[in-house]
Amino acid sequence: MITLTVNGKKRELDAEMTVQEFLLSQQYHPGQVAVELNEAIIAKSDYETVSLKQGDVLEVLTFMGGGCR
Amino acid sequence: MSKDEHINESILSDEIKEHQKEARIDHMTYLPDMEVLESDVMERVISAMESYDYEKYTAADVLRAIENENRTPEDFAALLSPAAMPFLEEMAQAAKKEKEKHFGNSICFFTPLYIANYCENYCIYCGFNCHNKIKRAKLNESEIEAEMAEIAKTGLQEILILTGESKKMSDVTYIGEACKIARKYFKVVGLEVYPMNSDEYAYLHKCGADYVTVFQETYHSDKYETLHLAGHKRIFPYRLNAQERALKGGMRGVGFAALLGLDDFRKDAFATGMHAYLLQRKYPHAEIAFSCPRLRPIINNDKINPMDVHEAQLLQVVTAYRLFMPYASITVSTRECARVRDNLMNIAATKISAGVSTGIGSHAKDVEDKGDEQFEISDGRSVTEVIKAMENMGLQPVMNDYIYV
Amino acid sequence: MSENKKDSFMLGGHEFTSRFILGSGKYSLELIDAAVKEAKAQIVTLALRRANEGGVANILDYIPKGVTLLPNTSGARNADEAVRIARLSREICQSDFVKIEVIHDSKYLLPDNYETAKAVEILAKEGFVVMPYMYPDLNAARDMANAGAACIMPLAAPIGSNKGVCTKEFIQILIDEIDLPIIVDAGIGRPSQACEVMEMGAAAVMANTGIATAGNIPMMAAAFRQAIEAGREAYLSGLGRVKEKGASASSPLTGFLNE
Repeated sequence: MITLTVNGKKRELDAEMTVQEFLLSQQYHPGQVAVELNEAIIAKSDYETVSLKQGDVLEVLTFMGGGCR
Repeated sequence: MSKDEHINESILSDEIKEHQKEARIDHMTYLPDMEVLESDVMERVISAMESYDYEKYTAADVLRAIENENRTPEDFAALLSPAAMPFLEEMAQAAKKEKEKHFGNSICFFTPLYIANYCENYCIYCGFNCHNKIKRAKLNESEIEAEMAEIAKTGLQEILILTGESKKMSDVTYIGEACKIARKYFKVVGLEVYPMNSDEYAYLHKCGADYVTVFQETYHSDKYETLHLAGHKRIFPYRLNAQERALKGGMRGVGFAALLGLDDFRKDAFATGMHAYLLQRKYPHAEIAFSCPRLRPIINNDKINPMDVHEAQLLQVVTAYRLFMPYASITVSTRECARVRDNLMNIAATKISAGVSTGIGSHAKDVEDKGDEQFEISDGRSVTEVIKAMENMGLQPVMNDYIYV
Repeated sequence: MSENKKDSFMLGGHEFTSRFILGSGKYSLELIDAAVKEAKAQIVTLALRRANEGGVANILDYIPKGVTLLPNTSGARNADEAVRIARLSREICQSDFVKIEVIHDSKYLLPDNYETAKAVEILAKEGFVVMPYMYPDLNAARDMANAGAACIMPLAAPIGSNKGVCTKEFIQILIDEIDLPIIVDAGIGRPSQACEVMEMGAAAVMANTGIATAGNIPMMAAAFRQAIEAGREAYLSGLGRVKEKGASASSPLTGFLNE
């Protein structure tokens, strides 16, 4: 069991997994998001090799309509 | 005769025609001591000039350009076109309004001081050129001081220091010493000397120079080549980039001019305006000045040339400069007679010289007249006389408009 | 405009023929497709936000193919945050376009030109096509241009206000002085206002709230598009002259000519 912070919320995972596995398990569309792991951007090509570890802080971002209001 | 072959024949002698046949160095290649700027200004000026087809403009284009509040290069192009000739009165009215908006009724006064007439250039139209057998001279420091002291007595506070273009006889240090002396007597010091590198301009700025004027004469490089047969001046791009080097050297302002009538004056005036316009955009702090010298058309010449610059064409150019760059300083040379100068001052120009001599050492009584003149002047009025003439037109003479902080 | 002559403008080496950039806020996702099509927009702006899990609908699924996505940095309060958002956005859309918005004023939402210029410099060096949203200040615009901006996006009025071209004189100065496309952004509430800035020589208009808060969104998108095209053609054709009131009665000036 590991604990992460995802988009500001605590989240528990049964085991370590890759970014790609995590995104799919949460029904994120990997092509439509950007991922920041511990304040560093993870390139899409690294989603399958970078693993999430205890204490990681993850941001999963996407586009929505709008600008500053 | 085609446009390209046009040349004002008053400047050609048999000797020059012979010299023109001799081999010459490439006028587009910098000499080893010349600073090369990373700049696209020349390319942009030349390509604008080359694509300027003044025959395509119509009366409607001209009227629109006159009425526009902010005039674009396209408007400037229309104002310089033949289609504008019937609208000189409208252009003059609009120019006067612009001038008053930016300068009120003030007119700046200055006088040129020729401190040396040694010249290594061979400009076939110039009285100072190296083949002309004139009396050459240069003033020493005490003579410069005596001349300046004499000029300052007339009340003038701005001086334009000129030399012939000989770096050997009038080196940068010599000009620098003249600037330092000038600073004692005058509030504003201008330079009209050979083009130099930006570090040399920086040095002269430190010595007290405020602005630099360089006449490009013509922006048509092939024609330029046939007129400037030898000397540093022959190198076309080095001269064209002088203003930018002066600004990089810290000068407050730069002056531009084509000698109208050397080549197609509409294209040259357009290039002059674009040169100033592009540098002003690149260096927004730069103060911009125009001079408007022309080669007089030859009267009684049966070959009337459409490229000739008569008074009406001169007026067109001066008002077009004013309308395109309303905030620029415009000077009218003493080559023009009092009538033309006074009227151009009333309409569009902002700066006038007075008490002018283009010889060496002719202001102070104690300084011997020792060098011949560059050109004959048509307006030999004294400072007092020109002041009076300006006041009679409701204009206000101003001896300087700059405060040092 | 004649049919065969393309009137286009360039942003960072990319050519666009539509001069209407559409904002995507305040719409229902279903209407975005219709609005983009009626607007004939080639560029749509988007904001970066935390993603919702659970496979919810994403705006990217509603934007027609072939439209250039222009991520903005809304939410950034300083240059560093704008840079971070820009880099993240590039990961999603895999293109280099970014509109910089740096705002730390929650009352008027006015952009911070200082921080924006800093962000322009950093992002231009990283190869972004940087489109800074800014308050129309000539000095700041020059700094942004010198720092490598692809265009300048001055505001017409406070964002979302629909108040029209409040900064008209200053936008005109930018159009006259800056050698980059000037894209008027924010405050354009009506087609007539979009037309006005195009007549002045703006390269394009960006609008969002004026359309998103209209009664019929696709119809208003079409109205804006037509107004922008009309203004562009008016600019290209050269506006007719305006007779000044009270024609001057000053005496002739050219009587002196002699030669």
